[in-house]
Amino acid sequence: MTGWQHFDHMADIGVHGFGTTLGEAFEQAALAMTAVIADPGGVRQDSVVEVACASSDPELLLVDWLNTWIFEMAVRHMLFSRFQVTLANGTLKGLGWGERVDGVRHQPAVEIKGATCTELRVWQDADGTWHAQCVVDV
Amino acid sequence: MNLSRLEKLSDTLWRIPPRGPMRVPGLVFADEGLARDMDDKVCEQLCNVASLPGIVEAAYAMPDAHWGYGFPIGGVAAFDPQDGGVVCAGGVGFDISCGVRTLHTGLKRADIQADKRLLAEALYRSIPAGLGSTGAIRLTARDMDAMLKGGAQWAVQQGYGTEADLERIEDRGRVEGADPDQVSDHAKQRQRDEMGTLGSGNHYLEVQEVVAIHEPAIAEPYGLAEGDLVVSIHCGLRGLGHQIGTDYLKRMVVAAQRYDISLPDRELACAPLASDLGRAYLGAMRAGINCALANREILTFLTRRAFAEILPEARLELLFDVSHNTCKEEEHLIDGRPRRLFVHRKGATRAFGPGHPSLPPQLRSAGQPVIIGGSMGTASYILAGSASGTGGRTDPGHAFASACHGAGRSMSRHQASRRWQGRDIVDGLAQRGILIRSPSLRGIAEEAPGAYKDVSAVVDAAAAAGLARKVARLAPVICIKG
Repeated sequence: MTGWQHFDHMADIGVHGFGTTLGEAFEQAALAMTAVIADPGGVRQDSVVEVACASSDPELLLVDWLNTWIFEMAVRHMLFSRFQVTLANGTLKGLGWGERVDGVRHQPAVEIKGATCTELRVWQDADGTWHAQCVVDV
Repeated sequence: MNLSRLEKLSDTLWRIPPRGPMRVPGLVFADEGLARDMDDKVCEQLCNVASLPGIVEAAYAMPDAHWGYGFPIGGVAAFDPQDGGVVCAGGVGFDISCGVRTLHTGLKRADIQADKRLLAEALYRSIPAGLGSTGAIRLTARDMDAMLKGGAQWAVQQGYGTEADLERIEDRGRVEGADPDQVSDHAKQRQRDEMGTLGSGNHYLEVQEVVAIHEPAIAEPYGLAEGDLVVSIHCGLRGLGHQIGTDYLKRMVVAAQRYDISLPDRELACAPLASDLGRAYLGAMRAGINCALANREILTFLTRRAFAEILPEARLELLFDVSHNTCKEEEHLIDGRPRRLFVHRKGATRAFGPGHPSLPPQLRSAGQPVIIGGSMGTASYILAGSASGTGGRTDPGHAFASACHGAGRSMSRHQASRRWQGRDIVDGLAQRGILIRSPSLRGIAEEAPGAYKDVSAVVDAAAAAGLARKVARLAPVICIKG
């Protein structure tokens, strides 16, 4: 099972990705983050951006991964609607496909300030599905 | 919040007795209704804050407190560097020095009736708002550092405001001890084209009418009278502060073990004030405060320009500028003895009382203006700080001279966007004479007035608790929403 969902936090919003691998869960969590801002279905995949992050703690790695995209979105004025993760020994290499923000077409609801350690969890459940979640500050 | 865990000290003050690792009690300023409606997480987070090293007196929650990151939003805590005290990135948050400033206009409601729509359009054109918005200013590396050291004083030197504005800003528009070298290149990169922008979420610029005066003796020196039009700007500094929060949270989480600090919650990541990391964060955070003060000054310049275009007779003079996500070094009286403390206010406003020497002469006898932002359909308030004390030292009974900062959400964004449509909100408010301009209808739905607590109840509780005095009530006329 692969997908994402949001969960409630009083002031902000939680992002939760899941997949058959840890990498897929991270990809989906990033997609959930895009969906906080705009409908990912409306974001074209015109160009690709490459990122990398590292942490021996998978939960801090998730925060780093999401914060990396928050930074890329901010400085490139882009939104991303597809992600790809390659994980090896606590090092993450990632790709994101997206396009420049279009205020009229994307109707971005809100800007994300940062990924937080609140409700931060990375785990594998009994049926083998990987989950990655945290609250993002908007 | 489960009130059985709290001791009721008065109708507006509740105590959480120290237990387990707590070094001091938790104190909640709220009436029974607000306290009951608070999330249990506020209590849990307050207990966690109360267990941090070097905390003095108590961990406080303001009447608008809600579940935050490590600290509750609406949380106040002071730490003593002489006693192993810490500085906590989560106690300031991502939106460093987010705050509100209110400007007089010299106009009455009737003066803009004919041009209201034109004014709304001019403001919306002038003020970059929403995700990805950029300003006209591009800072070189040298300018960026000068701005981070100089704050609103830098903005005034660049021609974005007047000397008179500086009198009406905390710390005269510039905090000492900012160290741009402690701000990462990523943080500076995020801010490069964002000076003079409003941001998104709950940030706004409103034209408001003074609809009630509660305390004429204070309203008079504040220059407020019924029917006056004012402008309030609620925003912070955008990318730079968000990235400082991100960078230092991570560094403090990793370093906590080295400093032998056991963290009840990773969001409470902190470092001793007397450590390299603690000092580095203070230098970066203060640069962030200066950036926010400069940003609000530039936004004021853009606001003045928009008014001049439509209503040239308007005179926009600053009443006051408050910040509500800060850590500031202040002197307070503890058991009659003055101590230098680092006061964290996360979603709380500094509220110096009458006589405080840092206040400009015209405001000194009345106390510091405390600006409480409401939601776009309700009301905002001007309060006055009431903390007692002498020579700039306040007693700690007033939460180190602090008050609330806003209404606080009662519903998540998710719930709000499912319940309301942005278009319906804009149309409904237009029928009540309130013009909303925003780049995002979904953003408006998430910020629906109904998603916030009753700001009047919050303000009444703050006043009843003696944190501040109620001076004037403001109702929105035009709202530019980020």
